[in-house]
Amino acid sequence: MKPNADYREILQHTPFHEKLAPLSQVQSWSPWNGYQVARTYDTLAAEYFAVRSSCSVFDMTPMEKYRIKGPDAIAFLNRMVTRDVSNLKPGRVTYVVWCNDEGKTLDDGTIFHLGKDGYRLCAAHHQLDWLMTSSIGFDVSIEKETHDVAALSVQGPTSCSVLLEAGFAGLEELKPFGIMNFTVQGVDVMVSRTGFTGDLGYEVWMDPDHAITIFDAIYDVKERGLYDIKPIGLDALEMVRIEAGFILPGDDFVTAETAVRNGRERSPFELGLGWAVSFDKPYFTGRRALEKEADEPIKRRLVKLAIEGNKTPHDSFLYDGKNGKRIGTIKVTIWSPILKQNLAVADIEYQNGKEPAEIWAEIYYQKELEWKSIWAKCEISEKPFWSPPRRSKTPPDRF
Amino acid sequence: MKNYDAIVIGAGHNGLTNAAFLAKAGLDVLVLEKNDYIGGATVSRELQEGWKYSNCSYVCSLFRPEIYQALDLGRHGLEVVPLQGGVTFKQDGDYYGNYHQSALKYREIARHSKRDADAAVRFDADLMKWCRLIRGFLLRTPPDPTSFKIRDAMEFASLLKAFYELSESQIYEFIRFFTMSIAEYLEEYFESEVIKAHFSGGSIIGTGLGVYSPGTAYVLLHHAMGDVDGNVGSWGFARGGMGSVSGAIASSFKSHGGEIRSGAEVEQINVSGRKATGVTLANGEVINAKAVVSNLDAKRTFLKIMDKKDLPDELVTRAENFKIRGSSGKLNIALDGMPDFPALGENSPLTLGHMHFSDTLERLERAYDDWKDDRWSADPYVDIVIPTQYEPTMAPPGKHMMSVFVQYCPVEAEGGWTEEKKQAFGQTVINQIADYSPNFKDLLVHAEIRTPKEIEAEVGLTEGNIFQGELTLDQLMFNRPFPGYAQYRGPVKNMYMCSSSNHPGGGVMGAPGANAAREILMDFGKTDTTPEDFGDD
Repeated sequence: MKPNADYREILQHTPFHEKLAPLSQVQSWSPWNGYQVARTYDTLAAEYFAVRSSCSVFDMTPMEKYRIKGPDAIAFLNRMVTRDVSNLKPGRVTYVVWCNDEGKTLDDGTIFHLGKDGYRLCAAHHQLDWLMTSSIGFDVSIEKETHDVAALSVQGPTSCSVLLEAGFAGLEELKPFGIMNFTVQGVDVMVSRTGFTGDLGYEVWMDPDHAITIFDAIYDVKERGLYDIKPIGLDALEMVRIEAGFILPGDDFVTAETAVRNGRERSPFELGLGWAVSFDKPYFTGRRALEKEADEPIKRRLVKLAIEGNKTPHDSFLYDGKNGKRIGTIKVTIWSPILKQNLAVADIEYQNGKEPAEIWAEIYYQKELEWKSIWAKCEISEKPFWSPPRRSKTPPDRF
Repeated sequence: MKNYDAIVIGAGHNGLTNAAFLAKAGLDVLVLEKNDYIGGATVSRELQEGWKYSNCSYVCSLFRPEIYQALDLGRHGLEVVPLQGGVTFKQDGDYYGNYHQSALKYREIARHSKRDADAAVRFDADLMKWCRLIRGFLLRTPPDPTSFKIRDAMEFASLLKAFYELSESQIYEFIRFFTMSIAEYLEEYFESEVIKAHFSGGSIIGTGLGVYSPGTAYVLLHHAMGDVDGNVGSWGFARGGMGSVSGAIASSFKSHGGEIRSGAEVEQINVSGRKATGVTLANGEVINAKAVVSNLDAKRTFLKIMDKKDLPDELVTRAENFKIRGSSGKLNIALDGMPDFPALGENSPLTLGHMHFSDTLERLERAYDDWKDDRWSADPYVDIVIPTQYEPTMAPPGKHMMSVFVQYCPVEAEGGWTEEKKQAFGQTVINQIADYSPNFKDLLVHAEIRTPKEIEAEVGLTEGNIFQGELTLDQLMFNRPFPGYAQYRGPVKNMYMCSSSNHPGGGVMGAPGANAAREILMDFGKTDTTPEDFGDD
């Protein structure tokens, strides 16, 4: 008999909580995958600019993590995801998306090749059931390790400098999507040059028992007065991930497993992730449906939209012209402080497989509780809104 | 002598709902009730001084919010307080806690199986697909698929449209779902025995089927398709007991000028020239009306209060063969205090919800085996709620009322029910509870023991079947109660049916009553006062 769940602790604390909770100035918390995580610690603006101008830390422990091992591990993963991952080298990370048999997107995530330790799959949502079902016939072992690995995302222009000061010697040589292992304060810790911010940044992975040691080693750089480090919450992360062009399953689109209404689920093509689908590899789940779809005009797309003016297009309907035909809606939107523009992820219909010639948003906004409406022109961006050279420069600039 | 526009036979919640919509449209309506109290199976009675029992139905979820709104039931005294979570106790001293907090529920399922916790996401979404599909048809008259009338064709088209809005794979799954057993269905999602046992309970409640019987997967849906304030699948307590449901509808009915006579048992629906003309009461009194609406179950309606000479032979045969098997018992218990459930530890929130003791599918199936042999289950499936933990109206301060629904209990115990056997049945249930609650027996003040026999005798439900007819595919939609009679119109003119024997079936839903009212008002050329479905998409 295993110990019972403590019903008084509805949301659990991450291994970093005892360090991060005192740093919260506003006590604004949110649930994320069963954990209590901060929405904001200080002000949104301060946290946003920590990512874009100095160094931020974000507690990403609640992210779903699975360890896949065994002789068929890579064959299994290659069969499950739409991208060809058969050549993923030890010490490298790749972005992947996976579908059900109907070619509809179940989730996205990253695969880490951990060498002799197998592979780690990070995902946005619960995937154990799907992984187990998909692994039938493959000689693999699959373990959920979400709660067995603590993870801290260290992002921003000074993140490399901060981590070097904290004892991660040699980190400057780490290239984007690479993995390096360190021993810091006697603790084994893995660092990947990955992130959800579109900026220079790293993700630091460790045993939860040593999370505090590593956190202290990093935060001590601030205490020593060298560089500022700010904890950031989910709200700032939302801003930077939209600027960086990352999508969030469940927020930007309904995942195939959770969709109730037919037509709500989306294929990778419809999400703008066609580049992550490879037909030059052996059979993968959803391939037949995706091949069929690839031959047909695309019906809709999740797009990155820049919206003119400064009125926030929250939940706005989108039209193919001012007062034109309704073609979609805004899913999420933010004001980009660095681009001085409203940015959004939107789901829009394509007529005859073509992008609409014009897209207009009807925006309802209020000033001092009085509501008004306005039309604003929108532009699709195929590239990330924000992708500075420092994001991939190796070695990164030192500060 | 007064000639009413309509007489409704039976003051259960569907009869009252039907009558209220008719009265709201301006009809002169009389509701006749055999008992001295109204409510049918939605009653709250004080059998022990200071305690009120929801003697029959005990929780509320299926009642259509559209009806609630249209009849202004909130202002007429109905308040439905959501119930929270539930628990299945295991024989090894552990339990599965179905916490209402999603993060906690996830962790608790994962405690039993990590994979099942993730599979629950798929299970919930899949169940919601079928709920959503079926919910759209609750407040609609089933189309006759063999009819070429424009309305039938259009309604059937909308049924097909909803069906074909499903994706290809969903269509396959939907058909499988409607014909599978709950055990087989749950095997496709879960590996943990206690998780499967916990989620299967709702699929056998009220049926003469076991967890391995085909068709039980649908019964789960029937228990999951309701909602409390939009939380689909949630259940709630009617403040003051289920009598508040019928009380509020009766009050709304009266506010529209309706009249209720209790202690007035109908002996016969009078038919003349293939038209219903009124009713004759048990005391010989004849009351005439332009329309007669039966809220009795299909068997009772056609075989007890109608003259077979007035009916088509085919219908009589159908009524005789109508599946309406009693399989449920009930204990309503007055307690001197809150019983302890040591397995849960102190102050656990799990006692606030549904409590069960069947931790394997096999035990559930064995419980069914007993019923097939005309025995009450030696190890029954129970659904226990103790509303008085947060509902102050049903017991004195500090005291509690426990409602124990019991599956299975036969209509006729081997050799017939006797008082002794009834007490032995009650003792079986009490002993089972005491296995998990050591101080339970000491707290027992009073227990009302109800077998299908009592349910039939008091409420008038044939064989004590709580759904007024099995919820199997052959008796659902346009086949409920019988093919050709699913549109609430009887075999003779001016005669209607509004009970749960009709679409969309059993449970405290109000939908059959409202749907029948719509048909009657259409025939009368009156404005439709019944509400439209709130709609989903």
